[in-house]
Amino acid sequence: MPQALAERRPDLAQRVLHVREMARWIRKRALRMVFEARQGHPGGDLSATDVLATLYFDSMRYDPGQPADPARDRFIMSKGHATGALYSTLAKAGFFPEEELTTYMQPLSRLNGHPNRVKIPGVETNTGPLGHGLPVAVGIAIAGQIDRADYRVFVITGDGELQEGSNWEAAMTAGHRKLSNLTVVVDRNRLQQGAGTEDTVGLEPLGDKWRAFGWDVVEVNGHDVEALIPLLDGSVARSRPLCIVANTIKGKGVSFMENKASWHHGVPNAEQYAQAMKELDA
Amino acid sequence: MSSPAPAKAGLYDCRDAYVATLEALGAADPRVVAVVNDSVGSSKLGGFRDKFPERLINVGIAEQAMVGVGAGLANGGKIAFVSGAACFLTGRALEQVKADCAYSQANVKLCGISSGVAYGELGPTHHSIEDVAWLRTMGDITVIVPADPWETEQAIRAAAALDGPVFVRISRMGVPALPRPADATFTIGKAEVLREGNNAAILANGTVVCRALAAAEELAQQGIAARVINMASMSPIDVEAILAAAQTGAIVTAEEHSVRGGLGSAVAEIVSQNQPCRMKILGFEGFQPTGSAEFLMERAGLTGPSIASAVRTLLGR
Repeated sequence: MPQALAERRPDLAQRVLHVREMARWIRKRALRMVFEARQGHPGGDLSATDVLATLYFDSMRYDPGQPADPARDRFIMSKGHATGALYSTLAKAGFFPEEELTTYMQPLSRLNGHPNRVKIPGVETNTGPLGHGLPVAVGIAIAGQIDRADYRVFVITGDGELQEGSNWEAAMTAGHRKLSNLTVVVDRNRLQQGAGTEDTVGLEPLGDKWRAFGWDVVEVNGHDVEALIPLLDGSVARSRPLCIVANTIKGKGVSFMENKASWHHGVPNAEQYAQAMKELDA
Repeated sequence: MSSPAPAKAGLYDCRDAYVATLEALGAADPRVVAVVNDSVGSSKLGGFRDKFPERLINVGIAEQAMVGVGAGLANGGKIAFVSGAACFLTGRALEQVKADCAYSQANVKLCGISSGVAYGELGPTHHSIEDVAWLRTMGDITVIVPADPWETEQAIRAAAALDGPVFVRISRMGVPALPRPADATFTIGKAEVLREGNNAAILANGTVVCRALAAAEELAQQGIAARVINMASMSPIDVEAILAAAQTGAIVTAEEHSVRGGLGSAVAEIVSQNQPCRMKILGFEGFQPTGSAEFLMERAGLTGPSIASAVRTLLGR
């Protein structure tokens, strides 16, 4: 099992630079996938990218050549529609060839709109319907607890997704069992498909909800890689599960997409795409 | 493993065979764990809990989490037996069964306890007469409906040995141990011919198999040789055995399940497109009124005499 970058202990500035470079690549690649497929969920891809890049290119231990290694850290993208970002990340991490990203949502491609573990190495469980990632992650964390294994389990959930009750069933068990090997990152971009979360069914006070379920809670700017790194790299010993409320911007990095619910599953035209790429390169 | 003693004279509660098998598997393989929704008692898993306290995971009254946690335990290398009342396990957590188990091909064993109308008077919320229909349409999950304690043990062992999702329907209604040759074997995907006969065929599973045998006995006295086939394996299903049954020209199916989507439908799908023959599907027509399990079974024609009568009607005798 190769060490995570975090374990090789380069200086923090180097780590931040590396993660940012990966995040820039993921954003551009995800947007190209959406542009070429003429469908996808760019807003949520872009809001989750910095957390994903920090996990895969700094925090997590995995060997893309042995995706079923029992000792691997696990990641579950519970907001399974964010496949632009997820597939780009998995390809960059070496789980499958980057060229395959051009098949995104093409007929018979294994890269459909929501991830399938049966076909795609690196995917731990099939998501798409919301509220599925956390219960499965809790099961993995319990298995790790029983085995006294030292792997860690990470989940990204959407914030709107927390309206699904299954998350709270699982959160209750995680708190009860003190699953210290489990980290949930809430991609708190404050927008769901059609409107703001607080205008739909409000989630606040969100941190207090997780605390009440027995979790440690940290709020952070979800695009601040320097702040994310020490939260995700396992350098702090924990006795309870950790919820990171990552305040993010839907569409982050592309000015005209930022904070617009319409880019939840909007597709850029050629002019918009060129403009977006220019901004992401800047 | 010796079979547990019958709960009532000559009648067995298949949950006893289930938990005895699970305890034996658990002793032999540390990967075996059980997941419950506060259902230790109704699943009879108190013994497993006492023997392997760390391997009994109770998620509370939370079926969606129960099934998801089962899939997660599988990801972590465990063989997870998820046990809960069949009605809640399948109905409440159907999307978890679909996405986390079947579509994800997770190595999870879903054990639907007290299936069918076992909960009788508690009413349709607690009946589970839709489960087989829901799960067999997914295709990617093995569905087994054992008929007696021996077959329950075999089904649980086969489920543990198979790397993939399995649903086993486990009744609490008393059933006799079915007569079988000493070298009988259980194979997923294979039907079991319990009685030969070429005038008609009765295809049944679960608690109804013993009743199908009683019907065949009655019919034999009237000069009608009815084949009795135990269709415990609902998915995959034994197409060959069904087509052979169709050659008799008359098939009666009988199941403790809805007449829509279960065994009868599965048989009709195959027969109608390959070898049409006369059929009668016995089971439940939608939600059931108040009554004991036995009352509801009788009312739906799921008794030896009623099954025999259905065969005679098909044969015009």
